[in-house]
Amino acid sequence: MEQRDAKGMIQQTPTPTQSRTPNPSVDEARLRQQAIGVKLRQMFDEVVNEPVPDEFLEILRGHEKPTTDAQG
Amino acid sequence: MSETAQTGGSSRGPVDPKAEAAFKAELVALIPHLRAFARTLAGDAASADDLAQEAMMKAWIARGSYQMGTNMKAWTFMILRNQFYSEKRRSWRQTQLDQESAERTLVAVDDPESPVVLDELRLGLKMLPPEQREALILVGAGGFAYEEAAAICGCAVGTVKSRVSRARRALQVILDTGDYDRDGRSAGDAMSSIMNDAERLSLAP
Repeated sequence: MEQRDAKGMIQQTPTPTQSRTPNPSVDEARLRQQAIGVKLRQMFDEVVNEPVPDEFLEILRGHEKPTTDAQG
Repeated sequence: MSETAQTGGSSRGPVDPKAEAAFKAELVALIPHLRAFARTLAGDAASADDLAQEAMMKAWIARGSYQMGTNMKAWTFMILRNQFYSEKRRSWRQTQLDQESAERTLVAVDDPESPVVLDELRLGLKMLPPEQREALILVGAGGFAYEEAAAICGCAVGTVKSRVSRARRALQVILDTGDYDRDGRSAGDAMSSIMNDAERLSLAP
């Protein structure tokens, strides 16, 4: 868990099990925002990590020859 | 909205096969990201994939107007977004289904192992105004800088910044108060499980 203090220094919390800092509401709010950010990325990455359906690659395969795409 | 992502233009001039291969490789690498972005816009996983495929096709056709070395991810996202909104404008039906669609989209990941907290987040996102949701997703999940997100959305950088920060605040309030459309589940649980889960994730390498 990485967290910035008031001077912008990065603090490493040594024990992973006890990473919730019992700090005032400013830190709490920041932690919450960080948490939401992590979840957002996780949500997005879930789809990113799905296998790509074949149709996608077939689209490009259909355009293999550069001379055939003269449809404008 | 900025220039309509050069979707109409076909490749101009002689195509350098090497450049084309490089373009294709980069485009292929972007497919998962296009799918993920489409999933946040379109009605369900299937129409999201349709949208992503159309965007990919347009990007391919417009490859002549893309400058290698510039931000292809932002370029393709812009194409996808323009595609989505122009289709939406064309189709009255889409507009009518919009509300219903939004509902399905953000719950569209049919993964039984998907943690409950993600559902809460999806439901919370659903409640944000579309432009705020989009800005937050681009910056918060897609990894774009404010400037890039602004280019994608065709708006000012300051607009993106304020949308993102409003979205963040609103989302937190929604998750804190449980003010999302879901029966039964206690709201405090949502935020605290998000916190716990995020901590666990951020500890991972």
